Amino acid sequence: MINRNPQLNEHGELQHLLTTEGLPSAILLQILDTAESFVGVTERDVKKVPLLRGKSIFNLFFEPSTRTRTTFEIAAKRLSADVINLNVAVSAQSKGETLLDTVNNLSAMNADMFVVRHAQSGAAHLIAKHVRSDIHVINAGDGSHAHPTQALLDMFTIRRYKQDFRKLRVAIIGDILHSRVARSQIHALTTLGVPEVRVIAPKTLLPKMVERLGVHVYHDMAKGLEDIDVLMMLRLQNERMRGANLPSQEEYFKYYGLTPEKLAFARHDAIVMHPGPMNRGVEIDSAVADGKQSVILPQVTFGIAVRMAVMSILTGNQA
Amino acid sequence: MQLPDAEVVYKNLAAKIQADRGKDFALVGIRTGGAWLAERLHRELANTKPLGLLSTSFYRDDFDKIGLHAQVKPSEIPFEVNGAHILLVDDVLNTGRTVRAAINELFDYGRPDSISLAVLVDRGGRELPIIAQYLGVAFEFPDEKMLELKQDANGKFSFNLYRKNSPE
Repeated sequence: MINRNPQLNEHGELQHLLTTEGLPSAILLQILDTAESFVGVTERDVKKVPLLRGKSIFNLFFEPSTRTRTTFEIAAKRLSADVINLNVAVSAQSKGETLLDTVNNLSAMNADMFVVRHAQSGAAHLIAKHVRSDIHVINAGDGSHAHPTQALLDMFTIRRYKQDFRKLRVAIIGDILHSRVARSQIHALTTLGVPEVRVIAPKTLLPKMVERLGVHVYHDMAKGLEDIDVLMMLRLQNERMRGANLPSQEEYFKYYGLTPEKLAFARHDAIVMHPGPMNRGVEIDSAVADGKQSVILPQVTFGIAVRMAVMSILTGNQA
Repeated sequence: MQLPDAEVVYKNLAAKIQADRGKDFALVGIRTGGAWLAERLHRELANTKPLGLLSTSFYRDDFDKIGLHAQVKPSEIPFEVNGAHILLVDDVLNTGRTVRAAINELFDYGRPDSISLAVLVDRGGRELPIIAQYLGVAFEFPDEKMLELKQDANGKFSFNLYRKNSPE
């Protein structure tokens, strides 16, 4: 038996979105192209299309999140779906219910799609394997594994400002070790043909053998940012930082915090991205975050169109 | 089966719209064939309003059956829909479901004063109460066939008749 990508159905179409790893560029581009059409929808007076009318989408957040949950909710509502938000962290699971029991109960309420955020890597994958074949699962972040819709909205933003992936040098900067965003970005960037992806971080914030993902490793901002077109900042994840990976936040800011002076090492027309929420004065200086080269707020806007695209492509693909 | 000459049919349609010049239409073509038609009509009739293009993908009623087309192109309506007299343009009128989807989409941009319909070919088979105010030709052919409008490099139109499920 062929070991097929668990995200794809037998026709090679996207059935679940769990990770950008192993997805063909044609599917990534289909999502980006479809999202272009949805950007137009979100700029109209009536920001809604009837595409998912009558569908029920469950936002299953086992880990707190405001922005991601809200953008998924807005995306679903603009597609005319019914959205049910479940903050499971403070609900049934605290009474001892297992993950799959929670999912079974919600499936019995005729769910069409689950959007899952969980602290454990692989949670969305487990749910996708378990649900009926007509239910679709979107991974909204699992542990330090993957966050594919964030990576896709980042790719959308890059294409909007820089057009051709095949001519770019991109740097991902910060806490790569704990970052599901970074992993998903790296897979998406390399699949879309970006010839040079760099990671810039102190050794303690890099996973072992990160070079195997096809990236170039730098520990120094001045060298790492040379000739860079796109800077993808990461949040310093205090809540995942057990033990001493870093001497102090001040020390980190001194060497890796993106200030106007450090940004000047990159190309003069480089764009600065951040998945949010930002720690101002830790990984990024306010003068950069609010500066001319920042595209951080457009990222949020595009995030809605990209999530609309993912939801409608999945719903349209039958098992 | 003798297919009508698409260029002759187009000129017939253009002349009918031209004869009604009193109406200052904003043209809106339905992608893909209707968009070609609307672009050419817009140019040759020297229409002064900005040209609109609609992709009805997000409004179709068969989404559950066929999913989303892999190459969705954005809709572009670069004029104020409120109060506009819109002439919707499509290549082939059959069930009327595409036109229904297009009308629904237009109303999400605003409230037009009127919407009229121009089509190149009416092949019958209506499932909704929709008729074209401007028609190139009525031409019926068997259900299992599909009629497709083609445009060559010089912008000339031709028809292609093929069997459903096996496009050439």
